[in-house]
Amino acid sequence: MTAAAPLEVRSLSKRFAIGNAFRRSHVHAVDDVSFELRSGKITALVGESGSGKSTVARLLARLYDPSAGAVLFEGSDVSRVRRRRGVLRYRSQVQMIFQDPFGSLNPVKTIRHHIERPLRIHQVVASGQIEEQVHDLLRTVGLVPPEDIAAKYPHELSGGQRQRVAIARALAVEPKVVLADEPISMLDVSIRIGILNLMLRLKEERGIAFLYVTHDLASARYLADDILVMYAGQIVERGPIEQVLSAPLHPYTRLLLAAVPDPATKLHAERIELRKGLASAAVDPPEGCRFLTRCPLAIEVCSRVTPPLVEERPGQAARCHVTAPST
Amino acid sequence: MTSVVEERSVARTRGATLLELRELAVEYGVGAKRARAVDEVDLAIHEGEIVGLAGESGCGKTTIANAVMQILRPPARIVGGSILFEGEDLVGKSAEELRRFRWRNVSMVLQSAMNALNPVMRVGDQFVDAMRAHERIDRRRALARAGELLELVGIDRRRARAYPHELSGGMRQRVIIAMALALKPELIIMDEPTTALDVVVQREILQQVEALKRDFGFAVLFITHDLSLLLEFADRIAIMYAGEIVEAAPALRLATNPQHPYTQGLLQSFPPLSGPLTRLTGIPGAPPDLRDPPSGCRFHPRCPHCLSEEPALYVRQTTERPLLRAIEPGHEVACHLVAGGPL
Repeated sequence: MTAAAPLEVRSLSKRFAIGNAFRRSHVHAVDDVSFELRSGKITALVGESGSGKSTVARLLARLYDPSAGAVLFEGSDVSRVRRRRGVLRYRSQVQMIFQDPFGSLNPVKTIRHHIERPLRIHQVVASGQIEEQVHDLLRTVGLVPPEDIAAKYPHELSGGQRQRVAIARALAVEPKVVLADEPISMLDVSIRIGILNLMLRLKEERGIAFLYVTHDLASARYLADDILVMYAGQIVERGPIEQVLSAPLHPYTRLLLAAVPDPATKLHAERIELRKGLASAAVDPPEGCRFLTRCPLAIEVCSRVTPPLVEERPGQAARCHVTAPST
Repeated sequence: MTSVVEERSVARTRGATLLELRELAVEYGVGAKRARAVDEVDLAIHEGEIVGLAGESGCGKTTIANAVMQILRPPARIVGGSILFEGEDLVGKSAEELRRFRWRNVSMVLQSAMNALNPVMRVGDQFVDAMRAHERIDRRRALARAGELLELVGIDRRRARAYPHELSGGMRQRVIIAMALALKPELIIMDEPTTALDVVVQREILQQVEALKRDFGFAVLFITHDLSLLLEFADRIAIMYAGEIVEAAPALRLATNPQHPYTQGLLQSFPPLSGPLTRLTGIPGAPPDLRDPPSGCRFHPRCPHCLSEEPALYVRQTTERPLLRAIEPGHEVACHLVAGGPL
């Protein structure tokens, strides 16, 4: 269980200013988020749109600067590294896979070009071995015969094949951490499992630490070892995924679970409470629990004090005054 | 000449066939680029029934919806078959007849419908517009009805004065559903109505549609790629692959006893949220290009049961198109493995 944690996030926050000079307010897109990604483990980051989950991935990929907090890579803070060499070194260890396999590849370049480029920039192998390395990578992600695939252009490949190219490109630099932001949500249903299985294999064979950002609890359960549930910019529950999904602490996790279509239970069986409050509770949030307006368990203290993340069971923590009280 | 509208008043028995597609064929483009998006599809929807149509992108499910609404635009055109609504063929009807038919008999909710609202017009006024396009009703009464409809879908009637941007995505989608109900149609076609929404909002909307269906008795043709959603929500499910319906059965039966290898593969593509977890296989390969579909059974290049070791079967699988046939009342499959032999 004590796998190394190459990436650690401490009290990370990101605020975006909205409005104008006279009516300035801030979206607390990410608020006091802490977790670690361990080698050979997949951590799922789950939440609805606007919960801040993609912002977390982008902060880790150094696409945004955090407003507060730190991102530690192998112990040193990389969140404010600006020098090109520093950023390059970080990116050679932490790679990202995006949602849209159509937008993330250059349409006028061959597949070979896409995979060669990181090999050259990061000088992963000697230039004489690049061709062979490209073919190896394509084989690793299941694109065969690699000689044919390498000569193709993105438009000649299907969505699933393109996402495999994106994964091969991420693997080119032999990263320790891969951030996957909704990597299957734009793919056809019948080929999604193939991509998930590929990620499982890479985790096992290469010991990569994955962050799997998704809104889909079922695929998170299939893929991940641990889960982080985000709501309105905060992590409201975290823990080993089987434990969290079988015995959720936070009322939001329970709501999510009840809402997911599961063929094993019928729609008619369990009905969810219809929404009262707004989902976007992250604009200049007052003190107190952000789930308050939708919560069936709310008590008096919830409107006054923001609940801290409390480890209620071994490894499983939640931000809830009722189910995970702090004293 | 009897219009579709007058036909409605004829007394109906519950469970009568409302919409029936017979060998419907739709093509896109001409010449070498011609693609048959819908190929001789038979499908029936009965009154008050929720029929799910599931398949991957490009399988033709949205084309079917557009064909029923008769809103196909060139280069798409119906090249064969008929669309019978309460026994009357919609193919070849005049524009005026179709205008009266749409919305009054069949309405539609699209995935991006929430973006179809006019951004500079109050929500209530858009209801008034839609209603007055189809019936004689004064503005005040139309607005009052708009308020009632909004309450039906769980939105405060005062929000009729709101502009679309003041509502969340889920609320806008509910506004569209309320509008689809405005003229009490017998059938509502929903094309991926909740795909752009979060799971919690999706569940809220589906619950509302179910409750409304009980009160109003309309039928729903629910089109989605999410089979797990249909297994819960639909009464019957038809599975489409590469322009054809390959299997149709009651939802429960499809979940427990799928016969077509594609259906089986599709069910194997959704990891469960509860119970034991095993490594799933999905389906190898990708859906075909409809400009040049595979010969014989269109699924054969991806089918785990299509093996050259069994020459007789292999020849049929790769050259002969399997027909949809009932293996049991209400359960139809198009597969050489299931059919056994030609009838």
